[in-house]
Amino acid sequence: MEKNYYVCTGCGLLCDDIEVESEKDIINKVYTACRVGVAHMKEGKEEATFLVDNKPVDEAKAINEAASILKNAKNPLIFGLGTSTNEAQKLAIELAKKINATLDDTSSYCLGSVVEAVVNNKVKTCTLDDVRNKGDVVIFWGSDPADSHPRHLSKHSYFPRGKEKQRGWEEDRTAIAIDIRKSHTAKICGNYFFQIPQGGDAEFIDALIAGLSGKLPKTSYNYPPKKILELTNILKGAKFGIVFVGLGLVYSLENLEPLLRLMKALNEKANFHLVPMVGHYNMRGFNENLFAETGYVNSVKFENGIVKHGPEFSTVESIKAKTVDAALIIGSDPLSSLPRSIAKNLLGIPVILLDPCKTLTSKNAKVYINTAISGVESGGSATRMDGILVNFKPIVETKHPSDETVLMKIMEAL
Amino acid sequence: MTNAMELYQMLPKTNCKECGKTSCMAFAVALMARELKPEDCPPLKNEPKYKENYEKMSSLFKTSEGATETGLIVHEDLCFGCGNCVVACPPNVANDPYGVGSGNAPKNISKLILIIEDGIVKAQNVGECRRFGKNKILCNGCIVTCPVEAIEFV
Repeated sequence: MEKNYYVCTGCGLLCDDIEVESEKDIINKVYTACRVGVAHMKEGKEEATFLVDNKPVDEAKAINEAASILKNAKNPLIFGLGTSTNEAQKLAIELAKKINATLDDTSSYCLGSVVEAVVNNKVKTCTLDDVRNKGDVVIFWGSDPADSHPRHLSKHSYFPRGKEKQRGWEEDRTAIAIDIRKSHTAKICGNYFFQIPQGGDAEFIDALIAGLSGKLPKTSYNYPPKKILELTNILKGAKFGIVFVGLGLVYSLENLEPLLRLMKALNEKANFHLVPMVGHYNMRGFNENLFAETGYVNSVKFENGIVKHGPEFSTVESIKAKTVDAALIIGSDPLSSLPRSIAKNLLGIPVILLDPCKTLTSKNAKVYINTAISGVESGGSATRMDGILVNFKPIVETKHPSDETVLMKIMEAL
Repeated sequence: MTNAMELYQMLPKTNCKECGKTSCMAFAVALMARELKPEDCPPLKNEPKYKENYEKMSSLFKTSEGATETGLIVHEDLCFGCGNCVVACPPNVANDPYGVGSGNAPKNISKLILIIEDGIVKAQNVGECRRFGKNKILCNGCIVTCPVEAIEFV
């Protein structure tokens, strides 16, 4: 019997084997999904809401208000989109071009630099299915998938049996965790957990490169050279290795140069790939869509057909320097996630928020439109953390408009 | 419970053969293997002088509250449904190699021991568990793969 599977949009893994029992648009039971996914799908909601200054209005008024804010702004910021479909993201890029906006997503303070290296072909990458079928040495560096992507180890990277790895985790695979604390993932890795001090990643990379070329690995924090050599011996023997880079590593490095150097050194001795541990389900999609359009993955400013790029056009910098005079935020909560000193500048400009959840940002937004949860209430396509395109359909019907519909209407109103 | 010798000490030790076994020691071994139950020994069950031993032995074989027959307990408040145990469990893999064995959704749910329901692992068909039955072994596949120690055997 062919079963009806749904896609979970709870995190960057986009698990496509979820079974759902629902009745009258209420989800009763979810099978195979992790707790993150279940919470994401069961997030039931009331009637659709359109708020202007926290007062309910009808849809047309909210759209017109949003359009007039964007029309009057000289340099509006469009931000978020990590939890929107590819279709909505492409519309947002169009919109940004039309109104000469600064466009950025969360990747500018997240994994943007790693995704940029991957889409520019600076490092070798592979898909998660390759990992399952061939992967033998798996490194989790500064990432903790057991908590951030619960099914990462069980669906792709460590436990399952693949085409060339029939004996699974017990004999065929080695999982290695490099982190500053003993995370849940590190617990599973057991003896192959390498605990380094905060900020010690760059030195550890140098030590690994030294070890790979047969020199004595030295670190200022006196990491036992014997343990590093033990690790490099495992790495040298890898037939299909993967480094899952998390935020812990990206935040610790000033730039990606040491990581790229390590990948080069690893590929001289063995066969290694890099996969960014993308958190939001379609952050990679945004990076790829914008890259196809402009050649940059984030932090761009459109000005009469010319594209400018630089750190000064990132969300954090542009809000900090107060260069933007309005903001259209889609599926993000910057007032909660950004540092207070920067986020408070958002209170001084009109904010339009499209989000399925009521958040701190929604309470302080000029216009708030409660949109559908994409993947649960609306369909579309998204790009998984490894660059695979996944199409999904809605599980339940809703009165809420999708991000895509709202963006389309705002564009029409402009 | 540690071994058959301890069980033997609590039996009448008369080798009366009423249970069908050749000796009380043989009965103790059968008890240990869960082939027989304490009430299968008529003197132990009926004679008042063995009453204390009978009650003690019966309590040994009672399953703990909340535990399945193999003694498996899932701490639902700790589990977050990663599914490591589902994919690692040897009988699960043997019964459904292309479903859960390959990290996918279950294809043969009727024979699986562990499944994920509403984000939490659920134990069923414990008869398939390697800790159960005649040729039981101390398998710990689901315990060592759990990052949060949500599975326990008692």
